[in-house]
Amino acid sequence: MDDKKCIIMTSNSKSGPGDAGRTGSWRVERPVIDLKKCTPAKRQKASCYLCWLYCPDGVISKELEPQINLEYCKGCGICAQECPTSAIEMVEETRLIEEERKINEKN
Amino acid sequence: MKRIESGNVAAALGVKLAKTQVVAAYPITPQTPLTEKLSELIEAGELEAEYITVESEHSALAVCIGAASAGARAFTATSANGLLYMSEQVHWAAGARLPLVMCVVNRGVGAPWTVWNDHQDSISQRDAGWIQIYVNDHQEIIDTVIKAFRLAETVSIPVMVCYDGYYLSHTHMPFDVPDENKVDTFLPAYSYKHTLNPESPENLNTVTMPFARPDRDGVNKPGYMDIRHNLQQELRTSIPVFEEIDTAYKAIFGRGGSPILSAYKCEGADFIVAAMGSLSNRIKDIVDELNLEGLKIGVLSVHLYRPFPQAQIIAALQDAKGVIVIEKALSYGNQGALFGDIKAALYPCIKRPFAHSYIIGLGGREIKKADLYDAIKESCTTSETFEDTSRWIGLNR
Repeated sequence: MDDKKCIIMTSNSKSGPGDAGRTGSWRVERPVIDLKKCTPAKRQKASCYLCWLYCPDGVISKELEPQINLEYCKGCGICAQECPTSAIEMVEETRLIEEERKINEKN
Repeated sequence: MKRIESGNVAAALGVKLAKTQVVAAYPITPQTPLTEKLSELIEAGELEAEYITVESEHSALAVCIGAASAGARAFTATSANGLLYMSEQVHWAAGARLPLVMCVVNRGVGAPWTVWNDHQDSISQRDAGWIQIYVNDHQEIIDTVIKAFRLAETVSIPVMVCYDGYYLSHTHMPFDVPDENKVDTFLPAYSYKHTLNPESPENLNTVTMPFARPDRDGVNKPGYMDIRHNLQQELRTSIPVFEEIDTAYKAIFGRGGSPILSAYKCEGADFIVAAMGSLSNRIKDIVDELNLEGLKIGVLSVHLYRPFPQAQIIAALQDAKGVIVIEKALSYGNQGALFGDIKAALYPCIKRPFAHSYIIGLGGREIKKADLYDAIKESCTTSETFEDTSRWIGLNR
């Protein structure tokens, strides 16, 4: 084929955390895991992980104590909806920010 | 090998020779026997391709977009309201830079419902970012379909090959079918820059920010406007590329030489009639008569309509006294589409020819030789009394 100087610019990217920017700033509600209710954390066995499976952004880790990467979590709440033991609560970011501010003021 | 067949068969044979791998089409009105012929060829094993029947034209082009993204050479065809129904995907294919080829068998659009010829369907899609080529006869249909694949794949921009419904699609004419081995040499196997590959997954055309920003690996990625600017630049690049491809085709098959515009008796002409598609062939007869009467007049057939060949238009028209644009489509509320484009192209010229506009043959309204003759002659003789709007030929009959 002719070797023309076309750049052929398209919007393509490798998939992975951050390919749509730091989407954590979109979040209105933050998922907070209660480890006393969370199945793998409670049993100390690799199990359940429905939150990891359903997370559309792939930001939940598959550990005994699952971690949520808040840099990218958009706060959609699907994990909280799917959790069979209701271990995940969606908490208003404003409330958490307010609490964090109070802690900082005390220090 | 010479054959006498319809324009639709000429197109289908071109698609076959191009070794198209995926054909997706909606088979019902407004569709043409072009896709029926393709399904016959595939069914008979003459073309090794996947024929995907879909429930709409929107899906037909969506399937082609998927196929091309996965690395297959893909083709579809449509007409009129079918083209409008796939419009969203038409724009998408261009933005995604997919080298598809689509035949648009030109027909009028509803309402009111019509199945007959004019150019409103493809003209309405002129701003989508596709390359649009209008052809005048069956030989040009088959040759252009083959060239269109090479053009699309060279610049990675989709190409519409537009030919007149009924005047070309359903009439029989002799044409030469190029030799298969020679076509294989002319048109090598397809490859696409961002072919989907499970080994190396990519996101294609997801939400793209207004601004450029770094990707996952910190590499700066263009924003929407940069991508659109690149499409515009490379559409302009595709004009000389198409000329080169046509030259290469001519070297092998002996046909071609005027892929952008073809001029008939325009050398030293005082007046030039500009038109697109089979209408330009009809006007040749009128021009022959007027030349016999002593008028120096020629016909300029515009093949490449998008990207619009401004430099070639200027070179072809600037020395004439007058340009008469006769066309089968318009930008409603304004004027003839080709007329507007030609006038804009001529604007930088110091000495400009006058420009007259005629609208003709909408929705299959009969195009009478006498009407063409009268209109062209009137333009040549009473140029100064003309208004800057389009005159309609053949109303109320």
